[in-house]
Amino acid sequence: MALTVKCYATLAEHSPPEGETPHAEGHTVADLLAELRIDPAEVKVIFVNGLHAGLDQPLRDGDRVGLFPAVGGG
Amino acid sequence: MDTILRIDVGAKGGPKAVTQPVGPYAGLGGRAMTSTVVCTEVPPDCHPLGPENKLVIAPGLMSGSAASTSGRLSVGCKSPLTGGIKEANSGGTGAQALGRLGYAAVILEGERPKGDDWYKVVISKDGVSIVKDNSLRMLPNYDLVERIKAEHGDQVTVISIGTAGEMRMANSTIAVTDVEMRPTRHAGRGGVGAVMGSKGIKCIVVDPEGTTIRHPANPEAFKAANKAFVEGLKRHGVTGQGLPAYGTNVLTNILCEAGGYPTYNFKEGRFPDADKISGETQAQIEIARGGLATHGCHRGCAIQCSGTFVDKDGNFVTKQPEYETVWAHGGNCGISDLDAIARMDFLDDTYGLDTIEMGVTIGVAMEAGVIPFGDAAGAIRLVQETGQGTPLGRILGAGAAATAKCYGLERAPVVKNQAMPAYDPRAVKGIGVTYATTPMGADHTAGYAVATNILKVGGFVDPLQPGGQAELSRNLQVATAALDATGFCLFVAFAILDQADTFQAMVDTINAMYNLSMTADDVVALGQDILTKERAFNTKAGFGPAQDRLPRYFSRESLPPHNVVFDVPEKELDSVFAF
Repeated sequence: MALTVKCYATLAEHSPPEGETPHAEGHTVADLLAELRIDPAEVKVIFVNGLHAGLDQPLRDGDRVGLFPAVGGG
Repeated sequence: MDTILRIDVGAKGGPKAVTQPVGPYAGLGGRAMTSTVVCTEVPPDCHPLGPENKLVIAPGLMSGSAASTSGRLSVGCKSPLTGGIKEANSGGTGAQALGRLGYAAVILEGERPKGDDWYKVVISKDGVSIVKDNSLRMLPNYDLVERIKAEHGDQVTVISIGTAGEMRMANSTIAVTDVEMRPTRHAGRGGVGAVMGSKGIKCIVVDPEGTTIRHPANPEAFKAANKAFVEGLKRHGVTGQGLPAYGTNVLTNILCEAGGYPTYNFKEGRFPDADKISGETQAQIEIARGGLATHGCHRGCAIQCSGTFVDKDGNFVTKQPEYETVWAHGGNCGISDLDAIARMDFLDDTYGLDTIEMGVTIGVAMEAGVIPFGDAAGAIRLVQETGQGTPLGRILGAGAAATAKCYGLERAPVVKNQAMPAYDPRAVKGIGVTYATTPMGADHTAGYAVATNILKVGGFVDPLQPGGQAELSRNLQVATAALDATGFCLFVAFAILDQADTFQAMVDTINAMYNLSMTADDVVALGQDILTKERAFNTKAGFGPAQDRLPRYFSRESLPPHNVVFDVPEKELDSVFAF
């Protein structure tokens, strides 16, 4: 049971080793942030499998999660 | 800024400069100035390279004042690439220098005499001189600037065309030098360099020596508003942290994650090697090699989104390549070598080529089989051929649409012949509406719906659903047109969209500068007025609803990983300008 997790920009240091972290049934994005010791206030954009998601989104085995602080450019 | 400088390139005995009061164009800056002059003085059905077209260069309303982050310079004309109206704008030191000298606009007009003479215009507090200098012919921008530096010193701004502009390529820019007097900032899009080339003007040297900063009408209110504005820019996560630390290329990872990063000439929405060319990797390399990851393109910028890219030995290669550049020459072409991308950024700057148009053109050439996807050395060679004007280079220099036509391909990712930037419209549908409908041709900066679709700035509209995108694009296009008139950098939008007090501080700064009492409604009215004029010009130039569309294949071929097509209804596209 695992998730692929990538933390970007100022959150990069929180990325799990090898980009994977174990997943416990029933856990949400908020639980994941707690495991990775990320302050939710630091997270602006959350993707689960390429779709925008919220903190309360339940995660499933094999999900790809991307976490971003406020970023922009153009 | 109460003077207009007109240069009649067809005058007897060589180009002649005339200054006149700003008159009917009073109160206009930046895009409001360029688009109003073009709409008033250029026949919409003229040939962009003919004598009837004009090149209008205008600093923003606030440029040259102490207002933070207000150094944008607008360049307008009828576009050789799109055939419609064009406003391309640039950072660098040009807007501040022209503003301090009191010029609201510089207009190049008239018919270039037969022959191949090239002229240098010098603008200083002592007036304007125009010198024939054929030794500048076919000098790339970097070489040209070195020549100017030797003659005029290193405190001037150079506004110039490279070889592409001289060859009047539909892909050609007008370069503006930065704080280090490097030609790294460009009015990039739409072939504006070709129009300058068609007038026989190689460069405009702007020397602000002996001028002072422009004084606000109400100094106390100005100071307070400007302070609040800067505080707001520093407070927002994008303008205060993300952009200074990683530059615009911080977008690579988030667009890939969202599945909206056009890869292999817009065939896929994620680039497998994105981490090799991301803003995070780029900043790391720059710092490790002794370059700079935080740098401003002009004095008085509170954001500092740029940087300096150096090679493994610490030698200057180019300024920090922007996200669009890294994408166009990188993921879009299957290239993951940042050093090769930086080299192409330098070549684009020195030849005067728009990095978006050039990269997308190479992607099309790759699809045509000219070189394979991923061939970095081959891509560098294609940029060189373009800048040198070989027969193949002439085709590429005509842009992505022309190149696709020459090779018999349907897949040219363009609108109104202008190449799409770094967001696939199928997976970022709001930006697709902007691409389709802006009078400029495919242009992300005309109404940056990516902010709301992907970055959650200014609210959130689901990028994968067609609903709400037309309204989003409309509001952003109106706001952007107004912002483009002020001289404030578009990147202030991230802060003013999210922070009402920062928006108010920006408006207060303008009001204090000019002793006005503009409200948010006035800002909206200004944006609508600019767009209305631009649309009217395009209508008379032959554009209608059929041109406000994406190429059909974006509605037919789905984009992985979300397997989506562009499905915003045409009726909604046609509603964008129903103010």
